[in-house]
Amino acid sequence: MFKIVKKEVLNPTIVRLVVEAPYVAKKAKPGQFIILRAYQDSERLPFTIAGEDPEQGTVTIIYQIVGAGTLELNQLNEGDELSDFVGPLGRPSELEGLKHVAIVGGGAGCAIAYPLAHKLHELNADVCSIAGFRNKDLVILEKEFEEASQKFIKMSDDGTWGEQGFVTVGLENEILARQGKENQFDEVIAIGPIIMMKNVVAVAKKYNIPCIVSMNPIMIDGTGMCGCCRLLVGGKLKFACVDGPDFDGYEVDFDSAAERNTMYRDWERTKYEEGCNLLKEAK
Amino acid sequence: MAFNMRPTKNPMPTQAPEIRKHNFDEVAIGYTQEMAIDEAKRCLNCKNPGCVPGCPVHINIPAFIAKVAEGEFEAAYQIISESSSLPAVCGRVCPQETQCEEHCIRALQKLPKKDENGAMIKDENGKPVMVQGEAVGIGRLERFVADYHREHAAVAVPEIQKNGHKVAVLGSGPSGLACAYDLAKWGYDVTIFEALHVAGGVLMYGIPEFRLPKAIVQNEIEGLKRMGVKIMTNMVVGRVISIDELMEQEGFEACFVGTGAGLPRFLGIPGENAKGVYSANEFLTRVNLMKAYQNDSSTPIQHAHNVIVVGGGNVAMDALRTPLRLGAEHVTCVYRRSKEELPARKEEIEHAEEEGVVFDLLRNPVKILEDRTGSPSPRSPEYNPNYGNVIGMKVQKQKLGEPDASGRRRPIPVTVEEDPDAIYTIPCDCVIIAIGTSPNPLIKDTTPGIETNKHGCLIVNEENNETTKDGVFAGGDAVTGAATVILAMGAGRKAAKSIHEYIQAK
Repeated sequence: MFKIVKKEVLNPTIVRLVVEAPYVAKKAKPGQFIILRAYQDSERLPFTIAGEDPEQGTVTIIYQIVGAGTLELNQLNEGDELSDFVGPLGRPSELEGLKHVAIVGGGAGCAIAYPLAHKLHELNADVCSIAGFRNKDLVILEKEFEEASQKFIKMSDDGTWGEQGFVTVGLENEILARQGKENQFDEVIAIGPIIMMKNVVAVAKKYNIPCIVSMNPIMIDGTGMCGCCRLLVGGKLKFACVDGPDFDGYEVDFDSAAERNTMYRDWERTKYEEGCNLLKEAK
Repeated sequence: MAFNMRPTKNPMPTQAPEIRKHNFDEVAIGYTQEMAIDEAKRCLNCKNPGCVPGCPVHINIPAFIAKVAEGEFEAAYQIISESSSLPAVCGRVCPQETQCEEHCIRALQKLPKKDENGAMIKDENGKPVMVQGEAVGIGRLERFVADYHREHAAVAVPEIQKNGHKVAVLGSGPSGLACAYDLAKWGYDVTIFEALHVAGGVLMYGIPEFRLPKAIVQNEIEGLKRMGVKIMTNMVVGRVISIDELMEQEGFEACFVGTGAGLPRFLGIPGENAKGVYSANEFLTRVNLMKAYQNDSSTPIQHAHNVIVVGGGNVAMDALRTPLRLGAEHVTCVYRRSKEELPARKEEIEHAEEEGVVFDLLRNPVKILEDRTGSPSPRSPEYNPNYGNVIGMKVQKQKLGEPDASGRRRPIPVTVEEDPDAIYTIPCDCVIIAIGTSPNPLIKDTTPGIETNKHGCLIVNEENNETTKDGVFAGGDAVTGAATVILAMGAGRKAAKSIHEYIQAK
């Protein structure tokens, strides 16, 4: 049903899949996500849509091999079929009308940040992309970001790619450079690990710039049915799957979100190690 | 034929509580053929039966039971299937005691009590001791007949004359399945759109295996497919495709919305986002749909020791009995009214009690307590892997006041002035919230012309279940809010009839 038409390794742990899913391709908008199951009885895994081609009927997703679920997904290759692929889910990002935007991506979050940069670029916005990775070996989508951005700021933890430092440093420098000028940012969009998004929000808040974050909590159905993905936003319970995944970063309770994401940490680790061992034996 | 005038029902054979609370196999084992015939002979075959109008889908109950009494089980099945598409399901999960069986003449009669030898027992004045009769076990017989059919009848492909009209059914829960069944029988080309990866709705994700084996649900759905009903999974109508697109571009002449009430309600108290706090929907979905009860499942579930479930309905009973089977030592039901008001079926409450569930009634949750000792960071020397986990629930005692809008007595908090122990803490490591669900707003938000009431329920014409949008009908929990399987099926059948009339009149 959902054939993998292309599989591309972007770095040792990040992979791009192009999947045949005509219904999803027709409707997908930036910021929305899909849920897939690799095999029957696999876990339901949510991924943000990284691109779509309505004419070819294909949808692109980018995943990082972090747990047992993604390890299992990674066993499938070009020509194989996914058991399930449902979407587009969630609300699309609100991009219309933005003029000067900082897109901040951290690690695998860059996979989600890129389609937004691309779409804003298409809408003739002035896009400044700020991407951060631990080191140069983990960099993904460099060429794509270059093409979609007026300015592309590269940051790495160890200084092997672009400047050394966190994305917050690159963002703050750029905000200061644009302060009082015509091209000062009217919005910051941050996508990456929770701690990174929390810190980016703090920087944006310091300069009074609205900041949107894309949340990625644990999820099952993705249609509002289970409440597993609930977050505290402005003191209220919100479901990332139907109310998000984008939220006003000023309002999100990141600490509680980070905690909830560790709910099954031990279980995940054990399953992942079991999976790795099985693969080793198979080899 | 001689009627069986014993006042009591044949009891349902069940797994013993101490055994069943450690497994996910079905609790009720079902009647044997002998039991079924014996029970069927208790039916007096009334001329004006009360049971039939008591059944939301109007099964011809006396007729099918007469066939059971004759040992003609397959013929009995054929009679049921004229009215019901899911007898194996309804025989298990219907609240018969408030429907068909409530009106059974045998439950209204008083009969003389007899000893083992059949002799009348008399009181000191020499008058016979009378006992209140029990209804014929209609639900148990329905289940027996459906199971007999599944195990014995050859798989038949029904011959249906297609009429060429296309109808879309949104949602594959009880109302959608019932609606699709009738429409398919009448020759319509029916496609069911299901949001999840498997059809069955709440029958698959909500009701646990030990009450309703999933193989039975899938067997009923296979029957629908043999009738030519197409089922498209992974189709979230409203996101993947809209109702307008279905009707304007895909050629569907009418739609039935049976999307249920899936949105879980939360308590709105502090600590609700702690790790170990689940909605009943999440907990049951992980266990049932995602099979987390199997050791090799790819979906994790917390194996808690000490669980509190908030709520007192049938879903709460399922949520109480499931963690026991996952190994919990203590499971407590916290409900704000008294036992009288518990909305769950009596049988479910009894089963839960037999399995060791504790009912802490007249208690209302005030706060969920979290472990805040040490550090959440694995890199810190004070790292506490349980940081953020639930450690208890603060509850407040309640007393009952005057009846409220629901007709049940309203709970009123007991103050600390009235009782110094009015607020206290129950330790736990998992909380499951089962206080109800509301309809998903997705259909309303994506379908111009469809209106809902203030609870988010779709507004329909009560005569024919048509929504405020032409050609769109609705039924089940999406209209009523959370109710029962059989009421949803009844609404699905009613809507099917209206859709038939609507299309034929065009």
